[in-house]
Order: sequence, then C-alpha cells, then structure tokens
Amino acid sequence: MKPSLNILFVGTGGQGILKASEVAAIASVLDGFDVKKSELHGMSQRGGSVESHLRLGERVLAPIIPDSEADFIVGLNKQESKRVLHFLRKEGNNLTPYLNEALKECKDLRTLNICFLGILSSYLLIEDSNWVKAIKEVFKKSYHKINIEAFYLGKKLGGIE
Amino acid sequence: MAKSRVEKSLLSGNEALAYGALEAGLSFASAYPGTPSSEILETISCFSDVDSQWAVNEKVAFEVALSAAIGGVRSLYVSKHVGLNVAADPLMTSAYVGVNAGFVVVSCDDPGMHSSQNEQDNRYYSLMAKIPLIEPSSPQEARNFIIEAFKISERFDIPVLFRMTTRISHTKGIVRLGQRQEFKKKEFKIDPKKYVMVPKNAHLRHMDLVKRLERLKSFSNKTELNQIEWGSKSLGFITSGVSYLYAKEVYPNASFLKLGMSYPLPEEKVKLFKSKVKNIFVIEELEPFLESQIKALGIKVKGKDKSFSIGELKPEYISSIVKGENKKEKKSITRKPVMCPGCPHRSVFVALKKLKAIVAGDIGCYTLGASPPLSSLHSCLCMGAGVTFHEGFRHALTGKNNIVGVIGDSTFIHSGITGLINAVYNQVKGLIIILDNRTTAMTGLQNHPGTGKRIDGEKTVQLDLERLTAACGVDTVDVVDPYELDTMVKLISKRMNEDSLSVVIARRECMLISSCKNKAPKYVQDKCSKCGLCLEIDCPAIKKRDDGFIEIDKTICVGCNLCVDICNFNALVRNET
Repeated sequence: MKPSLNILFVGTGGQGILKASEVAAIASVLDGFDVKKSELHGMSQRGGSVESHLRLGERVLAPIIPDSEADFIVGLNKQESKRVLHFLRKEGNNLTPYLNEALKECKDLRTLNICFLGILSSYLLIEDSNWVKAIKEVFKKSYHKINIEAFYLGKKLGGIE
Repeated sequence: MAKSRVEKSLLSGNEALAYGALEAGLSFASAYPGTPSSEILETISCFSDVDSQWAVNEKVAFEVALSAAIGGVRSLYVSKHVGLNVAADPLMTSAYVGVNAGFVVVSCDDPGMHSSQNEQDNRYYSLMAKIPLIEPSSPQEARNFIIEAFKISERFDIPVLFRMTTRISHTKGIVRLGQRQEFKKKEFKIDPKKYVMVPKNAHLRHMDLVKRLERLKSFSNKTELNQIEWGSKSLGFITSGVSYLYAKEVYPNASFLKLGMSYPLPEEKVKLFKSKVKNIFVIEELEPFLESQIKALGIKVKGKDKSFSIGELKPEYISSIVKGENKKEKKSITRKPVMCPGCPHRSVFVALKKLKAIVAGDIGCYTLGASPPLSSLHSCLCMGAGVTFHEGFRHALTGKNNIVGVIGDSTFIHSGITGLINAVYNQVKGLIIILDNRTTAMTGLQNHPGTGKRIDGEKTVQLDLERLTAACGVDTVDVVDPYELDTMVKLISKRMNEDSLSVVIARRECMLISSCKNKAPKYVQDKCSKCGLCLEIDCPAIKKRDDGFIEIDKTICVGCNLCVDICNFNALVRNET
C-alpha cells in the first residue's frame, strides 16, 4: 500500500511552479504511485499567484487538496506561501523557510524550482533515479545538467547528502 | 506525436479527451481557443489522422464541425462555456437535423471564474437544445466517455454535449489509452426534410426529436455511464463530474448514484436508488441542475444551500452541505495578474489614461488595463463589446468626445468586425483601437487569421486588418507602434476629437513571442525625484525600494523604454550600448 501524500506548490508566475509539480508528478508515477495534479492556466498566469496541487497515493480521488490536509508546502515566494498556509496539516511540513538558503546557494535562479524538489525529495521515499528520469523527461537536453545539479543541491539543503 | 499503442500516460483531462477522440476515429475538429479548453485542439493538431482548425469564432466552428458530421465523418466542436453562447444559434436547431456521423460538442466550464467573465452552468444547454449530456469526472473518464459520446451521437442521430470543468481539463492523472479504430465514412444522402429547416420540415423533425429523446431516456437507465455503487443504506449521494470525487473522498462508505450521462436523467435508476437509501444528497457544482430535475419527479432529496451555487465546489464543503450549513469561505487575497514587462498594451492604456478617455473594453490580456494603477478600461462584458459599447456610449453620452473602444486583433476578427460595420452603417463617430499583438495571447498564444498561420503553424493567407477596416467604410485607418508613446498620444487625441469614425491599429508583437529584446534602461538615482510616475505604469520590472527610490529588475525587463518616455526628470535613460 502506498502512503497518501498531498503536496502544494506555490509561487508567482514565471517561477516554474507548474514545471516543478510536473517533474514531481512524473517521478511519483515512475515510483508506482497513482497521482492527480491540478492547476490553473490562463489569466492567473500573468504574473499572478500560481498554485499547483499534487496528490499521491494508492488511489487518488479528488484533484485538489482539501483544507488542512497538505503534507508539504513547497513555496517559492514567502507571501504566497503565507496565503496558502491554511492548507497545511498540523503535523505538515512547510518548506518555504528553505527559501533564503536556496536563493543563496542556487547558482542559476531559474533552477530554484528544481532545487526545491531536491529539498522535498529528502523528505520522501521516491528513488533518486526516478527524480532524475523525470527531470530528463520534462526538460530539454541542454538543461538536464543544471537542473540535476540543482536537484542534488536541494537534497543537500534538505539534510541528506 | 500520436500515441497509437495501448499505454499509460500522465495526461491532463484536455489531452486525454483529445487522445480518446483520436481513438474514436475522429476525422475533423474545429474550435476557438479559450481557457480552460484550448489544449484540446492543440493536442489534436498534432495528430496526422485528424484535420483540425482554429475557427474565426465559435458559431463558425460549430457549423463547420456539424456539417462535416452530416457529410459523414466523426467530428468535434470545442470551446469554453461562454464560447458556446456564440454558437447557441446553430446549437438550438442541431438536434432537429441530427448528425449522420458522430458529432460531439465539448464545453469546458469554468466554475470559480479562474479565467472567465461568468460562471454559467452549461449543463442547461442540454435541456434547452434537447441533446444528451455527458459529464466525466477525471482525465481517464474524459478519454473513456468521449469514445462513448461518439457512439451515442450516431446511434440516436443527435449531437452530444460533453461538459468538462476547469478541474477536469487542467488535472493531470494516469490515463490508459487504446488503439485508434478507423471510422468508416458514412454516406451523405440528400434529404431536404431532414436538413432544410423550414417550418414545415422543422415541425416534423421536432416530433422526431422528441421520440429520439424518449429512446435516450430509456438508454440512460441502462447505460454503464450511470452507475450505482452500493454502500451505506442510510446515506447516499447523487452526483456527477468532479463533485463525485469530492463526495467519494469525504464519504467513502456512502452509496453513490454516479451520473456520467446526466441528461436525460435515468429516472428508473434514481427511483431504485431512492427506494434503498434513506438520506440522499445531490452534490453538484454551480446550479441545482440535477436537484431540480429529481425534485420535479416528486423524489425527496436534499440539495445544497444556495451559497454553494457561487464559486467552485471544494472537498471541504461536502460535509457542510450534508449538515445543511451555509458556505463559509476562507478569504485569501491572491496576487493580481498584471501585463508582462514590455507588453505593447501597457503604453496604450498609459496614453488613454493621459487623455482621460472613457474606454469600452473587451476580453483579452488588455482587460488587465482596468486594474489600478492604470485603471483605464471601463467596461468588459463579452467578446466584441469593445466596439459595440463604444457605439452605445457615444449615443448616450452626448457631447463627450473622449469615448474610445479597444479590442484585440483575434477578438476583432472573432466578433468585433460586425460591430464596426454597424457603427459605420449607423454613422457613429468615434475611435476604435485595435490592440494588434499578432496572436491570441491570453489563452496561450494561438494563431488566428491575422497571423497568417494555421493551427499547426503552416502558412496561409494573412488577413489584412488595414484593408479590412477601410473596406468597412471607416473614415481613417492609422497604424501606430505602441512603443512610440508620444506619437500615439498625439494620434489618439487627434482622432478621438474628430467628427469621424476612425480605426487606430496599435501594432506590436506580444513580448512572449517577440524576439526583439533591448537592454534595460539605466537608472540615474541622483536625478530621481521619487515622483512615482514610473510606478503608475504598473510594470512588474519596476520595483519601489524601501528608501523611496526605484529598482529595475533586469532579469525580466525587455527594454520597452516606456518608463524612460514617461519620466520627467531624465532619471531613466535608454541603454543603447
């Protein structure tokens, strides 16, 4: 039986929130999870708030995370993260406090989103090889190296070398 | 590109629907883009077995697709919910004539109005047009049900309304796909009694339609699209679409009557369900579409408080509905969307603000010109209304010369042109600005007749907006580069005050597709008076620092230099080196 997990990605337009949740969804599928991922396109993307709900488990029903049931908030913007804090479970993990360190350590800020996936991965039991495979599936070949580096940097920041 | 072998993929509801239609032997598809529907045709355009197109508007899309089905090939129409309003005229008679080969009408509704002007519940169209309604609840069902929809359409010789919502269209899930079944073209027979809707023929076709609906009603009771999942006999739910998943998640042990085909209602199944389950709740997003039909049968069920008819349904609302409570919404202030840095629309609104214009607006990225600090778009109703509201305002606000209509290039072609001809014909004076950014930007940069490229990027005849508007009979047509602020302000001011009807085409490529990027301007802090004028243009690349001075975010600035043009103190300087 796979455990059920709810991960909420949040940030502003252009930060790669949807890309990050896409990579996480593919890695989860490769790891044998059922997934549902829900997000909004269109007007909300023009520099506005961007939110992507990712749910994993043996079998996932609703596409959006119910209030107070998120296990993780992956926040790339502090204000945005604060706005969605009501989604977090009592015992859930808000990864937004990693932001300062990630901003400092990340060589290319375009990879901040994938760096956060590395941080997230240190809390999950998804195989590293599946994360790497997912990154390769989502990005063009010329971006593989910097994103895989960013992923491992995140993993280090998350506490696992 | 087409995935033809049996496989599992992570697909959005829109993609899954497209692949399902491909499997069903789809031959032709027509649509006008609109969130949350656009990805369906974009996915289909990658299939070599299907002829697909962006239509000029939804009415055109509907008629072309329906007649392809009448001609004998399986055909698809796609739009967002409000798009179907534009196609409502052909829709209302389509069930009379029938289809020959399968024809499915996909409507992607937007509960919660994430990217729309209203949240109408398009399920009511099935009642009014007398056509069956199918509602999937997940990407896998979008794929499975679209295949069924084509079969139903052919079997009952009727268009099928296929209703998606944002949370199905834009949810990704694991989808199992199958092989494409080639569809044997149906013969087209000349049959005026069926296809020529003059009153005498239409009367007979209406009688025939009522018979087809009776057969559909009996089918609805038998089809596996409508399923009973027995659980607790004290609590049960009748539900459809994504609402089913929310209720199932919160009450996994309850009984469910899950409606995949929600019109005509499977009355026998509803009665059977009621005979076994004590307390039944109808869970549905937006309007009480199912609830009122079930109650009309004299069956006692409970619905939701009307406070839940506004906005999206959420999993956490389900238990409140069961308890009979009102909706308690958590208010959260989301960041407002803004025009991109370098957006060519921005300077037009800066000019209109400067000229204190009353601006009749339209639907597109430029609707963002309404929000402060630009605040220079004063109406937005539906597509095309930028031109017609200009006319109505000119009629009513006599003596005012500062009324301007604005409309995008794709929107003008969609439904602005008829309004313009109306203004010419009725001798209206004034100014229409076509915000020509060479794409359909808000919905994801789709081509349209003005770009000279088809859905697949192939070259086609390019519509010439200058010649078109001139041919409508307007007095003057000018083309201006919105990056030339002073020239534009002078031109708009002149045309606005003339006793004539003018069109100004403000033309520059959307910065999301433009390859023209300049260096960010230099900021000379010593000259800055902290007047805040540059912040008034609402550019995301200009940020106010804590000390009152500004900062330019060079990572997102594209060097449009609008801020340079409006700075009175030369604190911002073009960076041409």
